[in-house]
Amino acid sequence: MAGGTHELTIAETGMPGEVLPEHGVGPRSFGWWGMVWLIATEATLFALLLASYFYLRFQSPEWPPEHIEAPALELPLIMTAILWSSSIPVHIAEKGIEKGHQGRLKWGLALGWLLGAAFLVITVAIEWPETLHEFTPRTNAYGSMFFTVTGFHLSHVLVGLSVSAFAQVRAWQGAFDERKHVSVQNFAMYWHFVDIVWLFVLLSIYVSPHF
Amino acid sequence: MRGWGARRHQGRARRIVFAGPVPVTALALLLLTACSDDSPSVLRPRSEAAERVEGLWWLTFWTSVVVVLLVTAFIVQAVRRGRAVAAEDAEQGAEEGIDTRPVPWGPPFIVIAGLVVSGAVLAGTFVVSLRTLDALAGPSGDPALTIEVIGRNWWWEVRYPNGAVTANEIHIPVGRTVEVKLSTADVIHSFWVPQLNVKQDQVPGMDNRIELLAKEPGRYRGQCAEYCGLQHARMVVYVEAEPPEQFDQWLAREAAPAAAPTSPTASTGRDILLRSSCAGCHTVRGTSAAGTLGPDLTHVASRQTIAAGTLPLERGPLADFVRNAQEAKPGATMPPTEVAPEELSAIVDYLMGLE
Amino acid sequence: MTTVVEPDWKNELSAELDETWHSPPGLREWISTVDHKRIGMRYFYLGMVFFVVGGVQSLLIRMQLAGPDLDLLSPEAYNQLFTMHGITMMFLFAMPVLSGFGNYFVPLMIGARDMAFPRLNAFGFWVLLGAGIFMYSSFAIGQAPNNGWFNYLPLAGAEFTPGINIDFYSLGLIFLGISSTGGAINFIVTILKLRAPGMTLNRIPIFVWGELAMALQIVFALPALTLGAVLLTLERKFGFHFFDEAGGGDPLLWQHLFWVFGHPEVYIVALPGFGIASAIIPTWCRRPMVGYTYIVIGELAVALVGFGVWVHHMFSVGLSNITLSFISLASFMVVIPSGLQVFAWLATLVSGRPKLSSAMWFVLGFIMIFVVGGVTGAMFAAVTLDQALTDSYFVVAHLHYVLVGSAVFPIFAAIYHWGPKMTGRLLDERLGKVSFWLMFIGFNVAFFPQHFLGLLGMPRRVYTYQEGVGWDAHNLASTIGAFVLALGALVTMVNWYRSKQRGAVAGNDPWNGETLEWYTSSPPPHYNFVTVPTIRSREPMWDQPELAGGAQAPPEGGRPLTGGHVTLSTSLLDARPQAIVHMPHATPWPFYFSVALTVLFFMILVELWYIAVLAAVASVMTMVGWYWPRHETQET
Repeated sequence: MAGGTHELTIAETGMPGEVLPEHGVGPRSFGWWGMVWLIATEATLFALLLASYFYLRFQSPEWPPEHIEAPALELPLIMTAILWSSSIPVHIAEKGIEKGHQGRLKWGLALGWLLGAAFLVITVAIEWPETLHEFTPRTNAYGSMFFTVTGFHLSHVLVGLSVSAFAQVRAWQGAFDERKHVSVQNFAMYWHFVDIVWLFVLLSIYVSPHF
Repeated sequence: MRGWGARRHQGRARRIVFAGPVPVTALALLLLTACSDDSPSVLRPRSEAAERVEGLWWLTFWTSVVVVLLVTAFIVQAVRRGRAVAAEDAEQGAEEGIDTRPVPWGPPFIVIAGLVVSGAVLAGTFVVSLRTLDALAGPSGDPALTIEVIGRNWWWEVRYPNGAVTANEIHIPVGRTVEVKLSTADVIHSFWVPQLNVKQDQVPGMDNRIELLAKEPGRYRGQCAEYCGLQHARMVVYVEAEPPEQFDQWLAREAAPAAAPTSPTASTGRDILLRSSCAGCHTVRGTSAAGTLGPDLTHVASRQTIAAGTLPLERGPLADFVRNAQEAKPGATMPPTEVAPEELSAIVDYLMGLE
Repeated sequence: MTTVVEPDWKNELSAELDETWHSPPGLREWISTVDHKRIGMRYFYLGMVFFVVGGVQSLLIRMQLAGPDLDLLSPEAYNQLFTMHGITMMFLFAMPVLSGFGNYFVPLMIGARDMAFPRLNAFGFWVLLGAGIFMYSSFAIGQAPNNGWFNYLPLAGAEFTPGINIDFYSLGLIFLGISSTGGAINFIVTILKLRAPGMTLNRIPIFVWGELAMALQIVFALPALTLGAVLLTLERKFGFHFFDEAGGGDPLLWQHLFWVFGHPEVYIVALPGFGIASAIIPTWCRRPMVGYTYIVIGELAVALVGFGVWVHHMFSVGLSNITLSFISLASFMVVIPSGLQVFAWLATLVSGRPKLSSAMWFVLGFIMIFVVGGVTGAMFAAVTLDQALTDSYFVVAHLHYVLVGSAVFPIFAAIYHWGPKMTGRLLDERLGKVSFWLMFIGFNVAFFPQHFLGLLGMPRRVYTYQEGVGWDAHNLASTIGAFVLALGALVTMVNWYRSKQRGAVAGNDPWNGETLEWYTSSPPPHYNFVTVPTIRSREPMWDQPELAGGAQAPPEGGRPLTGGHVTLSTSLLDARPQAIVHMPHATPWPFYFSVALTVLFFMILVELWYIAVLAAVASVMTMVGWYWPRHETQET
């Protein structure tokens, strides 16, 4: 059966007297579970990456190695504030569409996107170039780890921004309502995951070298 | 009729038993007898450390035999039941249905065999293995001698504290503890002389050591046991254990500078060696040859093989190797010298005199 | 087998479902299909092709080692062959074929109409094909990976292997990881959410539990390999420092990352094999499995504890004794849950009424071979014995006993047990037994002598050995055995081909099986079942006579689900029906996406960065195309 969407609500299964809903959200939706397990595998990847960071660190007599200062904290803390605050509008968007509020959905996603993009731009345009004056990924393992860990995280931010853009286009097309919005839930889950990972990146890469 | 059918199937079951484990065991025993005494066997230990490992081997081996025999018995029983059931079905002309009766001895058997007995056996083996680990871990007293063995692609550099430097052959005094400091000049190698000790890797940045304490004189073969590239297969090492007085004499000779050439051709050979690319890679102590890319040749003729066990130290193979090492050991770091025959002969004369 | 009178309602339903699920044949459909059975068959066929390729590689290896100082192969050729043999057998044969059986049979066994993510399923296959082509293109330029499947540093670094060989390896494994991870997530969600109503946790077939355990391991183990490969690529191509001592790195970091993946990987390969045995034994012993609970616990425990023992691959590296002792203990303990399964199988075998079909012989062979591999594995748990025997031919013997035992023999058993369901034709039983005995005897002659070689001091990964060391006879025997083993495998392949041409028709349920794949026709229709059944037992086909007709009637719990391309989603523990889920129709976007990715990986390999960027953009666009809503099938 090709083409055309039709209103899906509940339908018969064919067993006498049984009807079931045709849409799921949250744990009733396959896509939600798919995102849960994707996050599980990505979380493992980050855990291993940070474990590798600490492994190399504790092999090293000095960390950061000589001639390199422990990272300055002002800019990363500002970036943290921006990134973490982006979770609030995303959360509002998700809770909004659960109740059918199209406005909150659209503006929440948009604001979250802007804050996330600000984080990305600050990293790429300010923080990294400043850091590159002091050391590069080719300088030593410290430099390689710094840029690899922050780079991995940044690539996940970029993916999140792309997914958010896609969701926003669909939101403007009116694809979501209180019964069907699992894509928004999935994006929100992913985005909050990216924020939580940042906590560990902040503590490992930026804060811990000071101790 | 029924009895005859049953016997036929028993015969088939017996044939199954013979078809499986028995020929395999026979083959195994046959292969065992094919062992040559030249093998650097874990089962012919020549040191206390290797003896402890051998003991652990036999413990786990016999335990394993019991387990495998037990499992085999079950499999054979299953096959026999299968034959019997097939006979019954054939006789009755139809198959019986599914048997859903619970098997009361099933879960207890699984728990006892799989958890309790297995757990006990495994735990016991673990404890015994811990004791062996402990025994091999600590040095047996202060080492009488500490040497360095540096793994290199694809040969072994051996350095003694008195300044002796050799390659691919390690001499040690019988009955005295020798501590070997293991390192690598390039990739990961692994030092393994099965009859004397377990293996230990040579890893960049790691300070690994292994102990050699031979109980009797002998020539013990070892080989690199960590894949290290093209010629990993031809990285053999020999450990020559000799009585202490003999060892001391060897050590003194090895530390001495190179013997002077004893014939005119050997002298010519030396001169050629010193002025050509040979000296860029090899050291001959007492001459101007001080290269460090290849083995120290000061006493090369005192060794029994060249190229880490690839060729015997004899005129013919030595000449071939000097002319073009790539023939015997393709990919080795030593490029072909393609030296003219008379010059080659002179060089070989000189080298054969470096005892 | 009794003849069944087809009720009219069943015919009507079949006709309606045929029309809903029908897709017109053609090239576009071939690229676009998302049917789990067809994808499963493709995984199976592609995996078996790589089995033959890996087998040829092993025969070349054995020919080179048949005698001392042979020069059939140059050292470089040999090193590439043994490396690719390992990579091929693990990543391109065992995992794909086992995924193929999983793909085909998990939805059938749980009473679902497809996997949870049919498009992801198709994508996983195309990526596997792309990754296989990617890795094998290395042979075309004579630069196949040549540092072993474990690829240790510093040897695999840019300094010692400057050639492109290792880039094929690292990028190829990242690429393959995408397929495996997607497949694993698919299995997990399918098994958790698509089971037929009434299939509570303790009614799930053991094979399905095995696939779940495998998939959970993949989700948590594969990131280690992916991470290692990414770090290696960054180091080799861009001069980063992770594994080089001079730059503050550590070669052991590679070993840790590799084996954190590598040890669970062997269980990823073994657990589906165990699951296959657990599917075959009850059917052919004509009784329910004894100790179901223990087997399930065993599978999950192996999957979990298997994450804690990776350091036992590094016992000779120079780590502290405390570390070695802990890992040794864990390595001894991990034997127990495997043992539980073995004893459950043995109990079932001797208390049932076994029928000695080819499938059964391969299962019996699997148990024997795996147990031998298991006891030598326990030997390796003892630290000093491991330090003596690791990196020698003893461990080559061990790994082949456990892997050929727990993967190859179950796969061949599955060919005989499930082949008729997949093709609709029975295989020749006589040929099956000939194949078994050739493989069993050939395998043991090939690999048993290798235990001796290890004890006699022969290291592994050597392209040749000297004469006079006492290794000649065992090596020759091993080579002969390898050829016998290969011949045995060939017999089954001939059998498969012949059976497809003119085998006897199998019918729905030729073996009187107990699980739901036997509930439907051979091969099943696109939609699998005329009605999705309600399950009331662990062995539904034996305990629910109303299933015998191939369609449980709606009044008895059967759900026709004719409102489109739909299946049922059920709750996690009790499998209560929760929703009707619209499944995607056939779509070519997964194929296009995988093509874009293949191009991207090739461009990164050869460092054509501008085209790589274009390929990346194309990848994003094909992903958008994939997710762009069409029909009512898109879950929003």
